[in-house]
Amino acid sequence: MTDVRDHLREWAMPHVLCPGCAHGIVLRSFLEAVDEQEIDRNRLAMVAGIGCSSRLVGYVDFCTLHGTHGRAPAFATGLKMARPELHVVVVTGDGDGLAIGANHLIHAARRNIDITVLLLNNSIYGMTGGQAAPTTPTGAVASTTPGGNTEPNFDACKLLIGAGASFVARVLAANPIEMTRVMVEGMTHSGFSFIEVVSDCPEYYGRYNGMGGGADMLTWMAGREVGVTGPLSSKRFVNHVPSSTAPPGMATGIIQREERPVFTGVHGEGSHGP
Amino acid sequence: MSGAKLVQGNEACVRGALAAGCNFYAGYPITPSSEIAELMVRFLPDAGGVFVQMEDEIASLATVIGASLAGSRAMTATSGPGFSLMQEHIGFATMAEVPCVVVNVMRGGPSTGLPTSPSQGDVMQARWGTHGDHPSIVLAPSSVGEVFNLTVKAFNLAERFRTPVTLIYDEIIGHTRESVVFPDSVDVISRPRPNGDPSTFLPKAAPPDGVPPMPAFGDGYRFHVTGLTHDERGFPTTDPGQAGALITRIHDKVTNHQEEITEIETLMLDDAEIAIFAYGIVGRSAHEAVLRAREAGIRVGMIRPLTLWPFPYHQVGEVAAQVDTLLVAEMNLGQLIGEVERAAAGRSEIVGHLRADGEPITPTDLVAAISGAGAVRT
Repeated sequence: MTDVRDHLREWAMPHVLCPGCAHGIVLRSFLEAVDEQEIDRNRLAMVAGIGCSSRLVGYVDFCTLHGTHGRAPAFATGLKMARPELHVVVVTGDGDGLAIGANHLIHAARRNIDITVLLLNNSIYGMTGGQAAPTTPTGAVASTTPGGNTEPNFDACKLLIGAGASFVARVLAANPIEMTRVMVEGMTHSGFSFIEVVSDCPEYYGRYNGMGGGADMLTWMAGREVGVTGPLSSKRFVNHVPSSTAPPGMATGIIQREERPVFTGVHGEGSHGP
Repeated sequence: MSGAKLVQGNEACVRGALAAGCNFYAGYPITPSSEIAELMVRFLPDAGGVFVQMEDEIASLATVIGASLAGSRAMTATSGPGFSLMQEHIGFATMAEVPCVVVNVMRGGPSTGLPTSPSQGDVMQARWGTHGDHPSIVLAPSSVGEVFNLTVKAFNLAERFRTPVTLIYDEIIGHTRESVVFPDSVDVISRPRPNGDPSTFLPKAAPPDGVPPMPAFGDGYRFHVTGLTHDERGFPTTDPGQAGALITRIHDKVTNHQEEITEIETLMLDDAEIAIFAYGIVGRSAHEAVLRAREAGIRVGMIRPLTLWPFPYHQVGEVAAQVDTLLVAEMNLGQLIGEVERAAAGRSEIVGHLRADGEPITPTDLVAAISGAGAVRT
């Protein structure tokens, strides 16, 4: 049994994450998934954009690319097309992936390029100081929505299913073993896999909305996953929505899985080019 | 590729790229550069390369950078509006030191401007378009044959110095067909590669020439790439000493090797009293204007930089010291004329012949301007 800490660049520590932030738990689950698949570190490329979650790639001893805000799926496309033997994993956040980078994300999904995207959703812009994100629930307080957010929020998984992603899942950072299981499923899926991880931001989202510290937020989160019957999933997660216009909740688990032709770019032999 | 072929500038660009070993293209359609993508998808896959059409120009250059990090010789092509969107990643490629080639087939601007008309309005953007202090290498061909040669050179300089290189020419050169004899092969320079122990590899430790060896992802070297200011380990730092050293090195690795980069054509300068400074398609008109004016007995010559950036201040300054008047002709409202003034430093009179209406500057225009410049002088 290897120690997942072997995958860390301990010389790059201490890390930038705040006390109570669950992103480290997510990283741990990811490293367990890497170990479970026995992936060669030299063949694992992690690509990130800008934001708290994107900083994770600096601390792992793989081939790591910390790119520009929102563009990680495009950098990842170049890596994968040029060197298909690489395992390419994008780490992004809800602002990075669903606001400035949403265009790149949906097109990578549409192409069904064989990469995995981990979107760590903490419902807010953490690194810049707690501004509202496209995932901030209606009514929730952020530094740019002091009276409560008046905009509706994205359901990232529905967006990605609409864009044609062939593997879509949502997991809670409160469930690390389930995270690893779903990450292995996503990474071994042939084609584009999208995994939204519901994480926390105690420093901004928690503080602004009276949710306590990191442990309180994760406990709250774990208690909000309820069993329901529906076409997509057996479980749903009900996000923090102070207003009375609460949506019915968001599915968790593996929500979408289908086999589709995998995009490899236009190559000479066997291409779908002219 | 031997034997004369009648091709347009955009095709010469594709042929030059393939000769230079380009094996990755990502782009987004835009007039007047789209032929480059359309020809790339025909030729590149058979040459063992990969073609990807992306969702926009931001993604195009990001994808090119990703491919280059995986070891490819990669390029994209666009025009003004797309070039504006690419500035973000020209900055990233400069900071992360990722070789790539960006072709800008200029059209009238600003904004959507004149999509099918020529312009030279992007030459300062090519120098300073991305934010922050940075070097720029920008090459400007004036003929279809030169598009081929400078495309090859763009790849070689990008690899040699681990930096983005911009090839910039206008719509006329992009779409004009000329007869060109292409060489059977060209000299190809590849990025420096490390050969040491991967466990002690410092991705941004540079030898004296300022260009660190660069492995590809997947080669066995695990390293970090970031657009943040970083140290020799490639890891973010805010230490002023490290920050200053990095920004100075990525600047100096270009400016300290200007003699490898700069290419200039001169014509009939020996006894010239007037010199035309022109580049790109205007260089063709200037060449013809010099010949015509010489027939009329006017002592005129030409200096035409094929390398716009780093700007050849020294060479332009030498011409300024010799002639009475420098006539700067460019298809914009006055961009490189400011650099010519800096180079001349008062040693000659500077007169601009500027045009930004979507029409080319003709030899007849310049002969009249030469006569006018002479009249002003005498």
